[in-house]
Amino acid sequence: MSAAANGWETVIGLEIHAQLATHSKIFSASATAYGAPPNAQASLVDLGYPGTLPVLNREAVRMAVKFGLAIGASVAPRSVFARKNYFYPDLPKGYQISQYELPVVARGEVGILLEDGTRKTVGVTRAHLEEDAGKSLHEGLGRMSGIDLNRAGTPLLEIVSEPDLRSAREAVAYMKKIHTLVRYLEICDGNMQEGSFRCDANVSVRRAGVTKLGTRCEIKNLNSFRFVERAINHEVQRQVDLIEGGGKVVQETRLYDPDRDETRPMRSKEEANDYRYFPDPDLLPLEIDADFVADVRAGLPELPDAKATRFAREHGLSDYDAGVLTASRELAAYYEAVAAGAGEPKLAANWVMGELSGFLNRDVLEIGASPVGAAALAGMLKRIVDGTISGKLAKDVFEAMWSEGKDADAVIAERGLRQITDTGAIETAIRDVMAANPGHLADYRAGKDKLFGFFVGQVMKATAGKANPAQVNELLRKLLAGP
Amino acid sequence: MNLHRETAAEIGRGLAARRYSSVEVTRHFLARIERANPALNAFVTVTAERALADAKRADARLARGEGGPLTGVPVAHKDIFCTTGILTSCGSRMLANFVAPYDATVVERLDAAGMVLLGKTNMDEFAMGSSNETSFYGPVKNPWDTACVPGGSSGGSAAAVASRIAPVATGTDTGGSIRQPGALTGLTGFKPTYGRVSRYGMIAFASSLDQAGVLAQSAEDAALVLGAMAGHDARDSTSVAAPVPDYAAGLGKPVKGLKIGIIREFFGAGLEAETGAAVRAAIEAFRGEGATVEELSLPNLPLSVPTYYVVAPAECSSNLSRFDGVRFGHRCKDPRDLLDLYRRSRGEGFGAEVKRRIMTGTYVLSAGYYDAYYLKAQKVRSLINDDFRRAFAKVDVLMGPTAPTPAFAIGAKTDDPILMYLNDIYTIGANLAGLPAVSVPCGLAGGLPVGLQVIGPHFAEERLLAVAHAWQRATDWHRRMPEGYA
Repeated sequence: MSAAANGWETVIGLEIHAQLATHSKIFSASATAYGAPPNAQASLVDLGYPGTLPVLNREAVRMAVKFGLAIGASVAPRSVFARKNYFYPDLPKGYQISQYELPVVARGEVGILLEDGTRKTVGVTRAHLEEDAGKSLHEGLGRMSGIDLNRAGTPLLEIVSEPDLRSAREAVAYMKKIHTLVRYLEICDGNMQEGSFRCDANVSVRRAGVTKLGTRCEIKNLNSFRFVERAINHEVQRQVDLIEGGGKVVQETRLYDPDRDETRPMRSKEEANDYRYFPDPDLLPLEIDADFVADVRAGLPELPDAKATRFAREHGLSDYDAGVLTASRELAAYYEAVAAGAGEPKLAANWVMGELSGFLNRDVLEIGASPVGAAALAGMLKRIVDGTISGKLAKDVFEAMWSEGKDADAVIAERGLRQITDTGAIETAIRDVMAANPGHLADYRAGKDKLFGFFVGQVMKATAGKANPAQVNELLRKLLAGP
Repeated sequence: MNLHRETAAEIGRGLAARRYSSVEVTRHFLARIERANPALNAFVTVTAERALADAKRADARLARGEGGPLTGVPVAHKDIFCTTGILTSCGSRMLANFVAPYDATVVERLDAAGMVLLGKTNMDEFAMGSSNETSFYGPVKNPWDTACVPGGSSGGSAAAVASRIAPVATGTDTGGSIRQPGALTGLTGFKPTYGRVSRYGMIAFASSLDQAGVLAQSAEDAALVLGAMAGHDARDSTSVAAPVPDYAAGLGKPVKGLKIGIIREFFGAGLEAETGAAVRAAIEAFRGEGATVEELSLPNLPLSVPTYYVVAPAECSSNLSRFDGVRFGHRCKDPRDLLDLYRRSRGEGFGAEVKRRIMTGTYVLSAGYYDAYYLKAQKVRSLINDDFRRAFAKVDVLMGPTAPTPAFAIGAKTDDPILMYLNDIYTIGANLAGLPAVSVPCGLAGGLPVGLQVIGPHFAEERLLAVAHAWQRATDWHRRMPEGYA
């Protein structure tokens, strides 16, 4: 991007909000399922009724600890819930219960791998538990606004990074890494359309070589990787243009408008100034003992980095491929099953990252919904390995498996796609082609080597693509050379 | 019938012995409420129908030989406790339309014990006050002298029991709101250890200080009712899981050998002479019964009032933010926009004292002031805690006056908040430290009741009740009734 080229450095820190996948809310027994009719999942506690009190959901704590352990952070033996006070109609109590001075997770780190193969460690300052607010609905209600408090009290883990990120791409790679991690840990469904995973980006710029941080702006509520990248790039350009034009960046909160691809300042009313944080007297300090932590640690799954290292080592994959294949627990499990079934890890990796991913993207499907299961794909790869079908024919077989839901052997049998490996049959086809093209044959024999490809094509055409390519090559060379 | 001259415990025994029915008892008290309440203004809501239905159910239970010592005994709840289907106003215009959709744990438990709900009692608005003059429903009169206040904030409960239009009532105590009205109306006012009784369903004023308790005619009544309402509640994270002893069974424990500490700081300037004399005489009487008495200094205790008036407003400013005109409570007419809705709903719904505290609390939590006020107050609070801890290493209980003066005239202190706040100078310490404390009647000053305050270490409810009970076996101050209500 031009900013770096022009002698500017970008500094980014992300605050990621991951909605924890608990069944009930963080301080009440209400369900957290998405999509219920407005206020169907709001209890008296969620509505902030007089006299009601919060009771902490143990499962939310377990999930926060899980995350802390996964990023090598220290889990605070004692953390404190605080009230963040501000008035807004979708904030029923007039304060949000969050953690302020003493968060449950402090100081960890995650490694990211960029597309160019660069590795980088990003510091995580803290992660804390808090409750989400409700939603204000402004459409279709005339001059009134509606309040839906189904989301109020949904547990969130706010993950705050150090200002370690230096470009929008790094920010996206980091956000994707956290996204991968929370899904591995099964603490967040990662659904960005539903708002289960979103972030605020703190962005500043400074002249290359300057160590003092520039004035930052916070871009709120980015709910897709694409928006994160575009919003940051836009904001960086805006700040650079501003400073180069003799202006100054003002610290403020901005919103990204994806339709116009620009950020704009929030109205001052949307921005509360003094939250008057203080420890919530309704909740005792959260005390987490070593046994609890040990118990959570024992239940941790193999994490993406460890899995990727293992794939690279045991399967001979490149770091980048191993990273792609471990992006989600489901994908990694699928790949591992295919690799084991086919006995050819690299072939499996190529197919999972190639055809399979392409079809999934085309049909907008998650790996779990793939019409071709891991066992079926492995079965097809075996047919490539044992020479029943060629790699080229395999693509047709795969497409048929995808659309018809059959296994490879059924498709091969039905369509007569079995590869021709009978030397005699291939020789006959070659002789026919030679007889039909005496001119080309003469030219070839006169030294026009390039015509070899023409003969391969003709033989494959004559065998409807079923002839074993290796055998075709071998026999052609022999027969074309002359008696 | 002279049923109202019986304590709650005595009524319970009378019911168990089938000397009368709960319906008879309930009718008797409802009739007394009807006669006396217009002058006293002790009740905001009288739930006559509900009371009779409760009574019938209690009689059926008793007839089956079921129920306990409180089954069929009437009770009045401070209007701070949520009661399903009944106005729960908290003494405020803000909630003058609020019919609670659920029962507070205290209400639920006394209901389960078979008590009969007479109604909801008047109180200072959101429990902020020491005289019951801040109520949206008007001041409550002290039955001992209707020109005087009954104390506050549980003034309605105190006046109701003192006038015997209810045998016993619940209250809440954030800075003395049970003990001070108890003292000013000649009752046993018991505030348990913080966490002993669930706060669920009790509309919050200052969450780290609020505690439910009892305004009763005797230590025995307090023991029975406290026993029925105390105990762990999963819905209140600050409620304590420790088992609840049988308080009534522990009443007979002797006080011989009891080590009493007198708080030197409670006997300085500001303590009215006759009140001080009555309290000293009571302590001397304990010495005569074989207790040892030692004077102790709790040097940080005089900082209680300023500390409290930082901590309590800070919490209240946040607790009362939910009253925004959006989901429940008062909403202004035709709001122009959101800000107008907030401003006018809150401006119209809250009274002057509540606003004063919200503003104070907002100020002390503000950026730039937090350290100087809120944090400093929390530090002083822990020093006060330490003072108490050191004292209880030496003595079993601490004694002193409950309030600096007997009941004062209605209107006498309304123009001077500081003077009003000083009413709680002896009671606030126990709230800041979360300690149990009781006020028991120990004499008269100018014809008005005086309270002796007994403070104990955490979870020493049983000891405090035994001390109060021993005192009441030796004296009859608690049996005295205001003229015209006997």
